[in-house]
Amino acid sequence: MSTLQATHSPAQEVDATSDDRVVRRRLGPGRRIPFGFAIGPVLLLALWAVGSATGFLDPRTLSEPWTVVATAAGLAESGRLQDSLLTSALRALLGLGIGVAVGTVLAVLSGLSRTGEALIDGPIQVKRSIPTLALIPLLILWLGIGEEMKVVTIALGVMVPIYIHTHNGLRSIEGRYAELAETIGVSRAEFIRAVVLPGAMPGFLLGLRFAVTTALLALVVVEQVNSTSGIGHMITLASNYGQTDVIVVGLVVYAVLGLVADGSVRLIERKALSWRRTLAS
Amino acid sequence: MAPHPGKLTDPDADVAVRVRNLHRSFNEAGGVLNGLDLRIAPGEFVALLGRSGSGKSTLLRALAGLDREVTGHGSISVPENVSVVFQDSRLLPWRRVLDNVVFGLRAPDAEERGRVALAEVGLEGRERAWPHELSGGEQQRAALARSLVRDPQLLLADEPFGALDALTRIRMHVLLRKLCEAHRPAVLLVTHDVDEAIVLADRVIVLDDGVVRRDVPVHLTGRRSQADPEFAELRTHLLAELGVEDDAEAARRSYPLHRKAAS
Repeated sequence: MSTLQATHSPAQEVDATSDDRVVRRRLGPGRRIPFGFAIGPVLLLALWAVGSATGFLDPRTLSEPWTVVATAAGLAESGRLQDSLLTSALRALLGLGIGVAVGTVLAVLSGLSRTGEALIDGPIQVKRSIPTLALIPLLILWLGIGEEMKVVTIALGVMVPIYIHTHNGLRSIEGRYAELAETIGVSRAEFIRAVVLPGAMPGFLLGLRFAVTTALLALVVVEQVNSTSGIGHMITLASNYGQTDVIVVGLVVYAVLGLVADGSVRLIERKALSWRRTLAS
Repeated sequence: MAPHPGKLTDPDADVAVRVRNLHRSFNEAGGVLNGLDLRIAPGEFVALLGRSGSGKSTLLRALAGLDREVTGHGSISVPENVSVVFQDSRLLPWRRVLDNVVFGLRAPDAEERGRVALAEVGLEGRERAWPHELSGGEQQRAALARSLVRDPQLLLADEPFGALDALTRIRMHVLLRKLCEAHRPAVLLVTHDVDEAIVLADRVIVLDDGVVRRDVPVHLTGRRSQADPEFAELRTHLLAELGVEDDAEAARRSYPLHRKAAS
């Protein structure tokens, strides 16, 4: 448009060398804001600090941020915080790992063969309609209240979103790529490695983001079932003694776990999907 | 193939593609191919013209072995090494250009051959690019490189330039002729563009109602130009076979209006 106007009215002519317009997709979301992901959380922290300082927030309801920091420092000094964090993180990671592996394998089996789909898809859909946390009573009877029950609960929860999204990703791979692979004459193994798995990657990674959230949710719940270690145990004890500062420390640790996990998945996403041209890039 | 001791020349000796009495149909109502016969000699460039629904693509897919869900009978013999160029480049978006070119190529020097093929189509230096970073014409060049690197005895091309703009298309014609002269595969090019057929082919076949209606050798020598009166004569003749009488109207039609490959 601007060139058209320029030809009609020379007064508005723009010097090409001094053209400092920012060229950007007009209907896209705009330029990436540096550290944009941190702005929301930092704002909430600021509100909390102001609320505590002005006395708007009662310490019995929610401890001041600085008390929480002091408590965290104390817990870290005694080593209790690290021990609890390590125990919880290991539980979550183990459950996540098993759930992702099982979910992916089931999705590939079900996505690539009609037999696989007939055997696998139905049970998973049934499983999906039962919230994983509702299975805890049964899992306690089967596996006791130890680590096995906790890890299995997390894995069962994780498996579902991984399966659903990977399966969906597999099924949405365009048939024309399979046609190409046929004319080129690649083996089935090569087809899976070169076409199916990379094609399903966007779906898998979306599933992974849901899975990470599910893993943390399941972690929180299983840790409140007769735990003797972990962040959940620390929070449960603090609740009995009315220590809101310790509870907040526990919650912050959960939040940090969640943010780190989500950040990692996003990082993986950006690396693994660098071939995609999306609206945001 | 049974030998013919009584004959001096075996009619099937020098044939890359032989199709006999080929029938194909998608439903009970009527056939798409109705007893089609076709021969292509090694190194021969054949263009296949025909109106929409005349069976061009069905024939090509039959030769490519991509018609498993279609009913029909007849005999087809094609060379062992067949490569297909589709209307879309069909590059896998998650593989870099070079990895696309050598996709499925089982040779110890696959990568080197891929680089050579890319250089041949003028894409030297773009080996590490993602497919979406290439223009429509460049994507189709990469697809050509992917076919060439396999040294096909038969190249099947299904309207390979149909989605390109007119200028890119002319450049691709020059490139394809050069490549075919260098590698000498038998070529079957499906197109609806009469000019493209005359510019490229040694022989033009017009398909109608699932059978070969006309089989016209192109005798033009040297650089084929639309200004050549023989070119114009052949063009008018072929257009008439396709049921287009008005030349001016045809000139407009032979360059389709869609330009979707620009992105």
